[in-house]
Amino acid sequence: MRFRTQSSPHVIPAHSVGGVMRQVLMALVPGTLAMTWFFGWGVLVNVLLGVLFAVAFEAAMVAARKRPVMATLADNSAIVTGWLFALAIPPLAPFWVTLIGIAFAIIVAKHLYGGLGYNPFNPAMVGYVVVLVSFPREMALWPAATTLPESPLTLWQSLQTVLTGSLPGAQEWDAVTRATPLDAMREGLVSGRTVGEITASPLFGTFTETGWEWVGNFFLLGGLYLLFRRIIHWHIPVAVILGVAIPAGFFWLLDPDSFASPAFHVFSGAVIIGAFFIATDPVSASTTPLGRILYGAGIGVLIFVIRTWGGYPDAVAFAVLLMNMVAPTLDHLTRPRVFGRTRGGPPPGDGHA
Amino acid sequence: MNPTLTDIIRDGLWNNNPGLVQLLGLCPLLAISGTMVNAIGLGIATTLTLLLSNVLVSTIRRHARPEIRIPVYVLIIASIVTAIELAMNAWFHGLFLILGIFIPLIVTNCAIIGRAEAFASRNSVPRAALDGLMMGLGFTGVLIALGALREILGQGTLMDNAHLLFGEWGHNLTIQIYPSEHGFLLALLPPGAFMAMGLLIAAKNWIDQHTATEPEPTTDESRAEASETA
Repeated sequence: MRFRTQSSPHVIPAHSVGGVMRQVLMALVPGTLAMTWFFGWGVLVNVLLGVLFAVAFEAAMVAARKRPVMATLADNSAIVTGWLFALAIPPLAPFWVTLIGIAFAIIVAKHLYGGLGYNPFNPAMVGYVVVLVSFPREMALWPAATTLPESPLTLWQSLQTVLTGSLPGAQEWDAVTRATPLDAMREGLVSGRTVGEITASPLFGTFTETGWEWVGNFFLLGGLYLLFRRIIHWHIPVAVILGVAIPAGFFWLLDPDSFASPAFHVFSGAVIIGAFFIATDPVSASTTPLGRILYGAGIGVLIFVIRTWGGYPDAVAFAVLLMNMVAPTLDHLTRPRVFGRTRGGPPPGDGHA
Repeated sequence: MNPTLTDIIRDGLWNNNPGLVQLLGLCPLLAISGTMVNAIGLGIATTLTLLLSNVLVSTIRRHARPEIRIPVYVLIIASIVTAIELAMNAWFHGLFLILGIFIPLIVTNCAIIGRAEAFASRNSVPRAALDGLMMGLGFTGVLIALGALREILGQGTLMDNAHLLFGEWGHNLTIQIYPSEHGFLLALLPPGAFMAMGLLIAAKNWIDQHTATEPEPTTDESRAEASETA
């Protein structure tokens, strides 16, 4: 939002909301392409559907609230929500999963709370958690991380699968889908195998499965671009990654057979995209420097705790939502010193007046 | 200023509904409304408790000294709930096992002691009985609406397990609306209960707003009657 002012200051704000969101979208492109390469065309189909549904629901809600539709859509925030949601769900999830998740994200998590800027929870993650707890079967349809030419489904077949909810031809779900590295690690550890035996599978690369590793790398690239353009600050991503890596490293050093390495934790699942793109949501995250570090660290530690001892293989969404609840308190407790005042006191010399 | 009988009925069922307006007894309301049969079972038990406790409290209202009235009410309500719990255990054992702790917990339902204190202790026995019955039916109505909504969304059925309440022929009452493997699990979980409850309250407020802008002749007449008798 830019206001023309007659008097000083004549400094024009560097970023408009729409501009910031456009930069975020650009930063999502390399990671999305990498995901498409490794997980098939379904990723692109889902992103397209997610964005379409998000913009449609946003327009409908804005119109229902009697606000200017086009001006609100221009802030691009619905596109970011739809895109992030689509990256979170399995690439072959049927379209109604996206529809229900986006409906919750835009209608319940965003507009019932007052729209962009008023939502206490990250809308994309609310939508994701709703479908994750509601449709466990559909949310487990992750294909094996192969390369696009080896992918069992063509673009047209992926579209068919997403729209009809069943695989074309005589293909079986079991032949197409595969446990994610986090699933494999979890089930392996439960069934008594050691970390070394689990990661001995040929699909595993240096840290985790090769495909997931590269997807993480490309999201990292996008995240670094956002840092470089100063769209996000370093505090939250660094704190999230350290928050996962430090406790994971501690337990790994204690017992490397029953706890995965910190690198496995950081590069598996959604930690990288979560650290750079989801936890840094300017509305629902903490806003003071110290608050951001505590907020990010809280997310990181929660991810490790829920992954290791909780009921779900990955936990970025749960961790982000839990810390969203804490963010206002963190902001309140970590308010920086006001310029010209001592910490917590009146300005120096004010007492004599 | 005594409310008319129509006022008592209208208050219990709609204007001052314990579930939608007073928001009392939310714990059993949200916990037990997973299916319609559970909702009906708890609704009947709560209605009976409200009716009996209102009658008894109203009967002794001139004998219980104000200083000790609350312990007396609690004793009365606890005795009634114990009797109802034993009766359900005997005649609706399957349902009793599902409802579990929430049957004895009726004793802590604020709606019951609230009606005893706010209405029954100041009104004659028949009026107190009517109030208890209407408040109970209002609570049951909300429970059933919530139970039906959550059951349809969550497992695609209506009146599942009806044989627990109505005996063997209750099996015929179960309606499968769509295959249960497509159920929206969230509706059966606690957050779904809160959201569905919020939607019901919003729907009631919406109806109230729209009937207020287009006044119906019947409500005007009854209001006029009410003000004349007052």
